[in-house]
Amino acid sequence: FTAVRSEKRRSGGSRRAPNPRAARRGRRRAGHTAKMAAVIRRLGGKWSGCVVRAQLRLPLAAARRALATGHAVHQQQFTSLDEKPQFPGASAEFVDRLEFIQPNVISGIPIYRVMDRQGQIMNPDEDPKLPKEMVLKFYQKMTLLNTMDRILYESQRQGRISFYMTNYGEEGTHIGSAAALEPNDLVFGQYREAGVLMYRGFPLELFMAQCYASARDVGKGRQMPVHYGSRDLHFVTISSPLATQMPQAVGAAYAYKVSQEDRAVICYFGEGAASEGDAHAGFNFSATLECPIIFFCRNNGYAISTPTHEQYRGDGIAARGPGYGIISIRVDGNDVFAVYNATKEARRRAVAENQPFLIEAMTYRIGHHSTSDDSSAYRSVDEVNYWDKQDHPISRLRHYMVNKGWWDEEQEKAWRKQSRKRVMEAFEEAERALKPKLDHMFSDVYEETPVRLQKQQEGLQRHLKMYGEHYPTDHFEKPTHYSAEGMPHS
Amino acid sequence: RKMAAIVRLLLARAAVSGSSARLARAAMSPTARRSVAHFTFVPEPEPDPAQYGPTQKMNLFQSITSGLDNVLANDPTAVIFGEDVAFGGVFRCTVGLRDKYGKERVFNTPLCEQGIVGFGIGIAVTGATAIAEIQFADYIFPAFDQIVNEAAKYRYRSGNLFDCGSLTIRAPWGCVGHGSLYHSQCPEAFFSHIPGVKVVIPRSPIQAKGLLLSCIQDKNPCIFFEPKILYRAAVEQVPVEAYQIPLSQAEILEEGNDVTLVAWGTQVHVMREVASMAQEKLGVSCEVIDLKTILPWDSETVCKSVVKTGRLLISHEAPMTGGFAAEISSTVQEECFLHLEAPISRVCGYDTPFPHIFEPFYIPDKWKCFDAVRIMINY
Repeated sequence: FTAVRSEKRRSGGSRRAPNPRAARRGRRRAGHTAKMAAVIRRLGGKWSGCVVRAQLRLPLAAARRALATGHAVHQQQFTSLDEKPQFPGASAEFVDRLEFIQPNVISGIPIYRVMDRQGQIMNPDEDPKLPKEMVLKFYQKMTLLNTMDRILYESQRQGRISFYMTNYGEEGTHIGSAAALEPNDLVFGQYREAGVLMYRGFPLELFMAQCYASARDVGKGRQMPVHYGSRDLHFVTISSPLATQMPQAVGAAYAYKVSQEDRAVICYFGEGAASEGDAHAGFNFSATLECPIIFFCRNNGYAISTPTHEQYRGDGIAARGPGYGIISIRVDGNDVFAVYNATKEARRRAVAENQPFLIEAMTYRIGHHSTSDDSSAYRSVDEVNYWDKQDHPISRLRHYMVNKGWWDEEQEKAWRKQSRKRVMEAFEEAERALKPKLDHMFSDVYEETPVRLQKQQEGLQRHLKMYGEHYPTDHFEKPTHYSAEGMPHS
Repeated sequence: RKMAAIVRLLLARAAVSGSSARLARAAMSPTARRSVAHFTFVPEPEPDPAQYGPTQKMNLFQSITSGLDNVLANDPTAVIFGEDVAFGGVFRCTVGLRDKYGKERVFNTPLCEQGIVGFGIGIAVTGATAIAEIQFADYIFPAFDQIVNEAAKYRYRSGNLFDCGSLTIRAPWGCVGHGSLYHSQCPEAFFSHIPGVKVVIPRSPIQAKGLLLSCIQDKNPCIFFEPKILYRAAVEQVPVEAYQIPLSQAEILEEGNDVTLVAWGTQVHVMREVASMAQEKLGVSCEVIDLKTILPWDSETVCKSVVKTGRLLISHEAPMTGGFAAEISSTVQEECFLHLEAPISRVCGYDTPFPHIFEPFYIPDKWKCFDAVRIMINY
């Protein structure tokens, strides 16, 4: 190693033990290596430097590895007692007894709670002491979402919309977390987080327009119901493939970090989606690339019909976080204040420290998975009733408000009536509205419209001229006249 | 995989020049040497310095680096990431960029392709420029879901509220002499069936830089396949400054009257040789077209040429069945029915996985293409 040793150590270089094969190569090429080292130092970041190196006819990787021997830890005589492991892959002590690590699933990560089922604050130090207006907003948004769910669920049962997914039992996770974010924090969701949009002020008319695919739908009627999105409210459009949003959310968080925007990203997903490979990718990337992101897992006990014991055998999702080096917590998802506190602190630290946080909110999916599912086929009515009647995020917050003297039966009645009226008005408007113009079937595939696609659009127009009577054209807005430059966006 | 790439890198040189062959001999057992490439790269005329500024001699990997360098210099939002890009990449396409632009802009990711593409989509959603590298096109499949279901459909499904148009995915592509099943693949046809993405494949250093810069500028997610066998083999004078070559435009490299030859990537060089063989041995005049963009492709240039010549041969390294030649063939048959004087011929890889030792027999080399021309002329 003489030639290598003579190289000055760069300060702050990683202390990596040499790979023996690389070391042998290093010995063989010591002369080359010294030259290479000089070249590498000379590079000065000029990309043309690679021309110089290419002429050296030496694979860079081998050269680099040989150089790394410059950082090798000096050979010393250790006794077996003070020998320290030198493996680059982990920082740990040796043990001289065979012992496998046991998962701790019997007594798992505890569930953080602020108020009990009667709405009593359990530990005053943890009371976020939110002002009355804010708590009323929590309650009204949760109940408005619940009212909208009931009406749209019925609407699907009557065949007025094609599909729907309710949020029953998970309203607290949406509202509590959304309230703890800054308004321009970017949200990536799965599909059961409509309350986040509700909290941010997405109008009922637009929820309905999306489900009805009316001309008012900002998504132009292209996706199934409940696939909401809003650019203004920083809520990235929902897509059906599960967990795909997880590594995407990490990328967005990385971009915010690099551009030094004081923004966080939150990414919601269910415990079933957490089994996808993309969940693993997202967790791991967020940690190694140090991204200001909050992973928010809604563990509601079921992925359609699959109970959690068929989904995983570890201690839920929260226990995976530390394996990725992610700070993690488990909260009572039916306690809007527990959710709020955890999200608030995770948000503060994620942005300040550029690191990811994982929140697992324990809840129960009270409704069916979707309108295409009858959950009585795989779980008991009694089980569902327990959560609906004994431990519901809405009733728990109502107890809290009543205890405070902020809410009573009278207000409850009036609010129910008012919220129902508002939902029905939006519902009727969406039902009456025309569908988007057919141009929207062809626009936005690319930013521009390729020639072949323009021809296909013209083909449909010609076809409808002859056979229009066989299509539901009357329900759609009249098409914009086609121009050669491509389609006007509206 | 990294080691395999380094070994391959050595071997790729062996196919190129004598001095590098010396190195390959030192590094590899002599039985592993390959002596003849299946194509000959002929440099293109130097671009007009008055129009493109000063040029520099670059091979294909250097022209990629040069293009990436231009982007990082001019676009403060641009980042480059993937497996092993920080030290310069296993094919050296990102050498020096991390030193020059910092570790936040040129960085390694964990070894996870679905993560790399998902992460890149997320960066692009915020409007920043994301240049993702997949180490080999063969390993892009774990990211297929993120590309097909997410990247391609982002703009459409959101009603243009969100898009990932500033995402570009680069990947080494094509046969390399000894890459076997997982270092040789040409997956462009898989991606040609996805409305919403663009797929681009260059034939040379000048083309690579100009097309890559167009992909990075383009407001749609692009997949850019780099013929890895050309990384070192192809050398020509390339403009140092940024320039662009338009997407979705094929290029007629040689005018001809009797047969139209269409290819992309390395196969273009095979076709050029076939054209001169056909001229020399058969007196047949071939029109050689580089398609360049697989999706959305330039059917107009191809059809115009076939209207003139009346015959078409399409050749690609990828397997025949479901290969992109089928799409070209079907379209040309539809558009040029009255002008065709012989069945359209496809000379492609066989419908097998890409083999190791049998590569010389597998690839659609110049002799197979030449024979197809001969048969077509005699039809």
